[in-house]
Amino acid sequence: MTDHRTIDLTVNGQRYSADVEPRTSLAELLRDKLDLTGTHVGCEHGVCGACTVLVDGDAVRACLMLAVQAAGREVMTAEGLAPSPEALHPVQAAFRNNHALQCGFCTPGMMMSVTAFLRDNPAPTETEVREAISGNICRCTGYQGIVAATLEAAAVLRGEIPAPPKQPKETAHGREATGRARSPR
Amino acid sequence: MKPAPFAYHDPATLDDAVALLASLDDPKIIAGGQSLMPMLNMRFLQPANLIDLNRIPELFGITPEADGIRIGAMTRQRDLAQSDLLGAQMPIVAQALHWVGHFQTRNRGTLGGSLCHLDPAAELPLVAALYDAELTVRGPDGARVIPFAEWPLAYMMPSIGLDEMLVSVRFPTIAGPQGAGFVEYARRHGDFAIVAVGCILALGTDGTIVNARIAVGGADQVVRRAPAAEAALAGATPGPEAWRAAAAHAAAEIETMGDTYVSAAYRTRLVRVLTERAATKAAAQAASHTPA
Repeated sequence: MTDHRTIDLTVNGQRYSADVEPRTSLAELLRDKLDLTGTHVGCEHGVCGACTVLVDGDAVRACLMLAVQAAGREVMTAEGLAPSPEALHPVQAAFRNNHALQCGFCTPGMMMSVTAFLRDNPAPTETEVREAISGNICRCTGYQGIVAATLEAAAVLRGEIPAPPKQPKETAHGREATGRARSPR
Repeated sequence: MKPAPFAYHDPATLDDAVALLASLDDPKIIAGGQSLMPMLNMRFLQPANLIDLNRIPELFGITPEADGIRIGAMTRQRDLAQSDLLGAQMPIVAQALHWVGHFQTRNRGTLGGSLCHLDPAAELPLVAALYDAELTVRGPDGARVIPFAEWPLAYMMPSIGLDEMLVSVRFPTIAGPQGAGFVEYARRHGDFAIVAVGCILALGTDGTIVNARIAVGGADQVVRRAPAAEAALAGATPGPEAWRAAAAHAAAEIETMGDTYVSAAYRTRLVRVLTERAATKAAAQAASHTPA
C-alpha cells in the first residue's frame, strides 16, 4: 500500500513539483529528488544540525520534517545563500575569512542556522552566538572560528564594517591572499 | 528512506482528524515531529497510518480566558516563548523553554506533542504540573477534561484513549504577586534534563509565602509535584532557611531512578540543590514584582 503524493514547493526561489512517498524526509527530497546536495545529512534524528534549512524563513531540521509537510512552503538551502555565482553571502564570506570550516560537513547547516539567527538577533553577544550554534555539531573547528565568523557576519550585515573582499583571483602563485591574510614572518 | 512505509493523512479540521483517528487501523498522530520523527527514522515505531495535525488552524493559538490561559495543542514552542501574554502572566514558560532542545527544534516542536510524548525529563509537562493544567481531549464520544494530576499514568504514558487526541490545555491563573524559577542540570545544553525543578511562589501583602508550587522532572518515571516541600513553604518567610527546609523535603519525598549514566543518589542530591536554587530564583522574581 505504497502511498504517493505529488507536491509543489519553492526552493531557493525556484518552483518544483515532485512525486514522493510520504515517508520521504525533506532532506531526502532536496538531495535525492531535486539534486540539491548542499543540505547534508548526518544523524537523521535531529541532533547534529547538518540538515538545517529554512522553511518559510524558520530554521528547521530537514531530517525531522516530511517532504509532504513542505508542500506549498518556501524552502531555502545553502545553495540559496549566495546572491550570484560570483559573490558570497556575508555569512559565507565571514566563514571563509575566519577559517570557520575544515571538512565542511557541518557548514551548510551551520550557515543556515546562523543566517536565521542573525536575522532575528542582528547584534548578538558572543554568548548568544554560542547558544545559537549549540544545535549544530562541528567535529573539526573547535567552534572558535565559527563564533568569530558569526560575529563578523553580524557586523557586515549591520553595515558597521565593509563586506570582505570578493572571491580571490587565481594567480601564477596560486590564490591571491584575501581578507585576513597572515602577515609574512 | 528511513521510516517504514505508512499512509499519510493531513486533515484540515479537528472533526476530520478525530474521525480518522477512530476509523484508521494502527494510527499515529504527528504534531511537531521533533520526537516522533527520530522514532520513525529509527523504526522504533512503524505505524500503518500517520495523521498530521499541522494543517488544522483551530489547534493553534494562545487565548486569555477568565482565570486562565488556554493554549492550543499545536502551538509551537517558539510561539510560547515569544508570547507577550505568557511573558507577563506565566514567565516560567519562557524560562523552561530556554532548556528545550535548540531554536531550530523549538520552531517545530509543540506544547501538545511534548505533553503527549511525556518524557519524564521534559520541561513543558513540568510547567503543566506546576499549574495544575487542565487538558481537553477529543474522541469519537466528544470532549473531556483531564486534570494534569491524572495525566501521567506511567513512564511516557499519558491517560488518553487510543481514539482520543489532545486539543488544548488550560492553565488556571495563580493569584497574587508571584515569581517563577526554573532550573535544570544536563550534561549538554539542549539535552533532556538529568533533573529539572520548577518553582512558583506567590506572596501575601505581608511578604510571606501564600502559595508555593514545586515540581520535579527527570528524577522519577513521571514528573512529580513535591507536596511536602510546598507545605513547608506555605506561610513561611522567604529566605535561605526556608529554601533549605523545602529542598530537604523535596529530596526526601521524590523517588529517584538510576540509569547507565547517573545514580539515583546523585539525582536525589540534584533534587535538593536544584529545589533550593529554583526557590531562590522564584523569590527574587516575586520580590521584584511586589510593590514595596
